[in-house]
Amino acid sequence: MIKLLSGNEAVARGAWEAGAAVASAYPGTPSTEILENFARFPNVYAEWATNEKVAVDVAVGAAYAGRRAFSTMKHVGLNVAADSFMYASMTGIEAGLVIVSADDPAMHSSQNEQDNRTFAKFGRVPCLEPCDSQQAKDLMIAAFELSERFDTPVLLRLTTRVCHSMSAVELGERSEPLLEAAQTRKFPRNTAKYVMVPGNAFKRHPVIEQRIRDVAEFAETFPFNRIEAGDSSLGIITAGISYQYVKEIFPNASVLQLGMTWPLPERMIRQFADSVERVIVVEELDPFIEEAVRLMGIPVEGKSIFPLIGEFDPRVVRESAVQAGLLPETAHVPLPEVSVGSLPTRPPVLCPGCPHRGAFYVLNKLKVPVNGDIGCYTLGLITPLNAIHTCGCMGAGIAVAHGAIKGGSSERHVAVIGDSTFFHTGIPALINTVYNQTPVVTIIMDNRITGMTGHQENPGTGQTLQGKAAPVIEIEPLVRALGVKHVRTVQAFEIEQIETTLKEYLKLDEPSVLITLEPCALLPEGRKRWLPLEVIADQCNGCTLCFRVGCPAILKSEELDEHYQRPKAVIDAGMCTGCEVCAQVCPRDAISFREQRNTQEVGL
Amino acid sequence: MKKTINILLAGVGGQGTILASDVIANVGLAAGYQAKQAEVHGMSQRGGSVTSFVRWGEVVYSPLVGAGEVDILLAFEKAEALRNLNQLRPGALALVNLEAIEPVTVTSGGQTYPDDAQLRIAFAQITPDVVYIDGPGIAAKLGNPKVINVVLLGAMSALLEKQDWDGLEVSAETWLQAITERVPPKFVELNRQAFLAGRQAVLSPA
Repeated sequence: MIKLLSGNEAVARGAWEAGAAVASAYPGTPSTEILENFARFPNVYAEWATNEKVAVDVAVGAAYAGRRAFSTMKHVGLNVAADSFMYASMTGIEAGLVIVSADDPAMHSSQNEQDNRTFAKFGRVPCLEPCDSQQAKDLMIAAFELSERFDTPVLLRLTTRVCHSMSAVELGERSEPLLEAAQTRKFPRNTAKYVMVPGNAFKRHPVIEQRIRDVAEFAETFPFNRIEAGDSSLGIITAGISYQYVKEIFPNASVLQLGMTWPLPERMIRQFADSVERVIVVEELDPFIEEAVRLMGIPVEGKSIFPLIGEFDPRVVRESAVQAGLLPETAHVPLPEVSVGSLPTRPPVLCPGCPHRGAFYVLNKLKVPVNGDIGCYTLGLITPLNAIHTCGCMGAGIAVAHGAIKGGSSERHVAVIGDSTFFHTGIPALINTVYNQTPVVTIIMDNRITGMTGHQENPGTGQTLQGKAAPVIEIEPLVRALGVKHVRTVQAFEIEQIETTLKEYLKLDEPSVLITLEPCALLPEGRKRWLPLEVIADQCNGCTLCFRVGCPAILKSEELDEHYQRPKAVIDAGMCTGCEVCAQVCPRDAISFREQRNTQEVGL
Repeated sequence: MKKTINILLAGVGGQGTILASDVIANVGLAAGYQAKQAEVHGMSQRGGSVTSFVRWGEVVYSPLVGAGEVDILLAFEKAEALRNLNQLRPGALALVNLEAIEPVTVTSGGQTYPDDAQLRIAFAQITPDVVYIDGPGIAAKLGNPKVINVVLLGAMSALLEKQDWDGLEVSAETWLQAITERVPPKFVELNRQAFLAGRQAVLSPA
């Protein structure tokens, strides 16, 4: 049966067909849907872990126990998991272990565009790269086989374009026997292999160096490394999604498509290079293949022709080739010359009813430096809230604020972090502020879900990825247990309470934590409570204060205030959830509260 | 069909562009072509722009289409139509839903939303083949604003029949089948009506 699948769906399908039994991950675009899809297959275990390092350790444990296992993450997740990735390479496994890294060229939703193939080389781990959904499935299966054959973790490296594109996939069946074999197996007591104390590790190092040489030999006949012989004047080495652009722009060239980009099949590459007059490498991001081929002593071009930065598409590849003289001038396709006039920008914004809005409104008012973190609340950055001043990676904000104070910052610092990010890497940083004593005010914006990636469960949600009830980890007692003496939980829409608490905490000389609690407005139970508010036009004089909460549901009305001749506010009933943040900000009581709306609805 | 057809859907998060592109990709597959689809949605759930490419052809390699090479534009929103105008090849077919979703930069900021004259003048520079459709009006008559995306699919299906696309043939039934497979059972009839209303708007405009 043939079906259109996204690359992520295909990876999940491949894992299932390969008999994978355990998967653990932390959500991260563009990787998230892999686990969401895998979790729905029968007879599998899939979980959201607290972070990527934990997730990889979980997968390692399952693979030690003899079950095929994998972990998925966005590219920067592998930074968090790097320690585990490296020891797993040293120990090897009992059953197949695959680490899936979804890289994000062009940074559609990321803080950098690091090329994780370097991790494969760094860790002496094979790296496979699919070019479409069919290969995503096939290479996931091949990755498990490779892992067991060579006793190594395998890195399956995807990119956003592979993850989020749909193409046809031939569906297969699940191979179950592996599972049965695993059930009778005892956990290994092979300490020389699995306890990486220096003495053992010293003996393992030559083993993994030999292993990667053995995989290189295997790569020479790996069926996903393949030559398509064509015109001998130009030979192109490519991998991943770039293969598609090469086929489209150079239909007649000779092509070496690498399904395994580390280690490289040196003899195959030499043979290919010898068969053509000129060798170029077409790869997104780093000159990873290019540099390796050059080290073989083969004259090769790559990044001198194609961009180092961003994502390719057929135009990028074609126009780069024209500029370098690889294609004739006639191949150039001019961009249409059109003038569209001025267009408004459409930045992402905090949703109407977002529980993060109130705290950012207050922070903006207090004019304190805010060290932010990764999640929906990073959007507190955007005008008119303007209340995030640093944001680098998951879990950084609290420690950056602590460091700023230790570094002599003359101002009081506030750190902002979400519930899921707090569980991810925020907790050690908060402990550090208690241990080393800085008066950082930490706001934990607790919306009970992992919001930015599309509502994945977390330890505060009370439910697991596969729909089982789970203990709810409450943040306030946890924070108290860490030794923070000043902790208060406030409903996230209560602006006055947030302001009072922050003003009080900003005077302290020790750490404090404000938890703003309210489930995400987009959760089904949140939607049920929606009740749009209304601007009482007679009372509005167009002062624009309500616009400063930055809510998409508050619009400029056509009606002008008679005295000031400025537009009054009006609320879009289709978008407003009734969170009342704007109503609290209005100095003229011109926005109805829910209570007033309820009264109207029952006709009193 | 010899050549590849490059289709671009452009709209705002929440307008149903992803479902529509899913339908178009599967229609291509059902009609016997290779089909690929690529979403570029970034942070669309937070009210940002959404674009999605679908390509049909005998052989389709790239899921992405380069700027200036789109054959058919399905624009769900007026400002997004303009934002993606330079994606079109000269003479492309454009179907533009006359709906305005003002971003916060307009509603509470100082930027201005383009008027219809600006829209029409800009499109006229690149192609005579522009169809403007009152999706919100048609959907309102059907009693549900959520079906605008399927109204547009109906209009697109009819437009494909009016022109020769290298012998491309896709029946209305193929479209309806792909839609039916992708909407909840209780909304199948509503979506069928929306699809037919979209066709009607193109085949015999009022």
